[in-house]
Amino acid sequence: MNPNYLDFEQPIADLQAKIDELRLVSSSNDFNITEEIAKLEEKSASLTEQVFSNLSDWQITQLSRHPLRPYTLDYIKNIFTDFDELHGDRHFADDAAIVGGIARLDDEPVMIIGQQKGRDVREKVRRNFGMPRPEGYRKALRLMEMAERFNLPILTFIDTPGAWPGIDAEERGQSEAIAFNLAVMSRLKTPIISTVIGEGGSGGALAIGVCDRLLMLEYSVYSVISPEGCASILWKSSEKASEAAKAMGMTAGRLQELGFVDRLIDEPLGGSHRNPRLMAANLKLALQETLDELRGLTQEELLEQRYERLMNFGSFE
Amino acid sequence: MSNWLEKIVPSLVRVQRKTSTSSVPEGLWKKCPKCEAVLYRPELEKNLDVCPKCDHHMRISARRRLDVFLDAENRAEIGANVEPSDRLKFKDSKRYKDRLVAAQKETGEKDALIAMSGTLDGMPVVAVAFEFNFMGGSMGSVVGERFVRAAQHALKERIPLICFAASGGARMQEALFSLMQMAKTSAALEKLKQNGVPYISVMTDPVFGGVSASLAMLGDLNVAEPNALIGFAGPRVIEQTVREKLPEGFQRSEFLLSHGALDMILHRKQMRERLGSILRKLSHLPEIKEVQEEAEE
Repeated sequence: MNPNYLDFEQPIADLQAKIDELRLVSSSNDFNITEEIAKLEEKSASLTEQVFSNLSDWQITQLSRHPLRPYTLDYIKNIFTDFDELHGDRHFADDAAIVGGIARLDDEPVMIIGQQKGRDVREKVRRNFGMPRPEGYRKALRLMEMAERFNLPILTFIDTPGAWPGIDAEERGQSEAIAFNLAVMSRLKTPIISTVIGEGGSGGALAIGVCDRLLMLEYSVYSVISPEGCASILWKSSEKASEAAKAMGMTAGRLQELGFVDRLIDEPLGGSHRNPRLMAANLKLALQETLDELRGLTQEELLEQRYERLMNFGSFE
Repeated sequence: MSNWLEKIVPSLVRVQRKTSTSSVPEGLWKKCPKCEAVLYRPELEKNLDVCPKCDHHMRISARRRLDVFLDAENRAEIGANVEPSDRLKFKDSKRYKDRLVAAQKETGEKDALIAMSGTLDGMPVVAVAFEFNFMGGSMGSVVGERFVRAAQHALKERIPLICFAASGGARMQEALFSLMQMAKTSAALEKLKQNGVPYISVMTDPVFGGVSASLAMLGDLNVAEPNALIGFAGPRVIEQTVREKLPEGFQRSEFLLSHGALDMILHRKQMRERLGSILRKLSHLPEIKEVQEEAEE
């Protein structure tokens, strides 16, 4: 099994392995099998298309957590210029599970805040698998308030399994840190665009996700609890995660139908990790257009619409 | 819902709960879930459901909470006509619709939050209380909407808002609709803050998850009843994640007070008087005694 492919992608992985093998052979031998390789690549593409045209909610959830999926810092590198990372909450520590800083989108300065997962084992641990502690949320708040003072739009990138459920986090007020961000973000006098690039895990995601416009990548998810958590509580078995994922309706597509998502951003064939540059270009365009739209509003309109948006959340009789 | 509750209630309390419900028949007597003293119900009720022997604060219903907090007259319910819907047609081992009906039957309430305008020793206030027996006091769209209507009423009248929270967190069956209630309620509270309208959050046993990480922690004053269990993640989740034994008294009111998350812990019997006195100071109103003296003059 190839760890860079998910279980449902294995037929694609097998085909890809065959292609790689043939390439090796063709480079070391004289006979020409280019035609054969081209044929197989075509087959691989159509197989990928076939697999990806009919993904279940659970498969999309798995894709949102794909180990090769681009993370916040990858998008920062591919979309923005002149990024200056800013560190620390000024009270306790610098939480590596949240990165933030100022950069330019084209020529315009913006504030960027996002959760960051690690790529290799050591970095995963250092970034706590993208699960922020209170100091991470307080750093985010500090940067957002700075953005307000200097009139910088705020772009947040959501990618977390959730806020860190640890003793230390509880001691330092995880609940208060999240709650305070929700309250303050509702009134910051600058545009806020949030993009779910991978996993939108509950309150830990929302704490940087109160926004004027919510964008989601095609294979990203956003939910009140992880499907595993939901399954173990309601189905009393974490193996029912795929059922829980479907019941909650947590994929970008479903959430757009339900009215939560302002813009769904297409991913390259096979997911964003198969073509990170194309993905970044798609996201960049979406961010530019959304930002232009928000720049057309007066500050008063912006805040009124944000408050309206928040007050309209809910479904009741 | 019971299994879900077990996640946030530590095993000690749970075991005692079971014995308390099995060995004492419903009726005139009730066993204290903490010290197991057998208590005479009318006496217990007079004591606001606080055990006279060990001072354990038992859980009480939302309606009773408001009943013992507000003055007897001038009460009006807010948002009573807001009722739950099942937009997602959510179904796990049971249908959400059926769970709602069962909870409504058990509690006599339409959902897990009751909101009322009224007076506290004559001072106009808005008070809301969570009904823990309604699906663990979980916050869905109705809870969020009623809370916001209560907050907006407080803002319009410029009178204090008091919330008694008792909740396991967000209501999973409403998925993202319930998550967004965190943002909705927090935004409404921020309006109160910006306009100098006091908000006091009283946390009662237990407060967790999405309720803890939104409206419950945003008080001008954060207050708790003694020994209430309060946190973001439930003790079991934390234990499973960090694979460490949790420290003594972890996530209890006293733990939160010493870690700076609370302003004070108030005994249930002091609640009316102390919150009244605090709110009168914040609202530049004279103390109750002075008012009475003036009336006598």
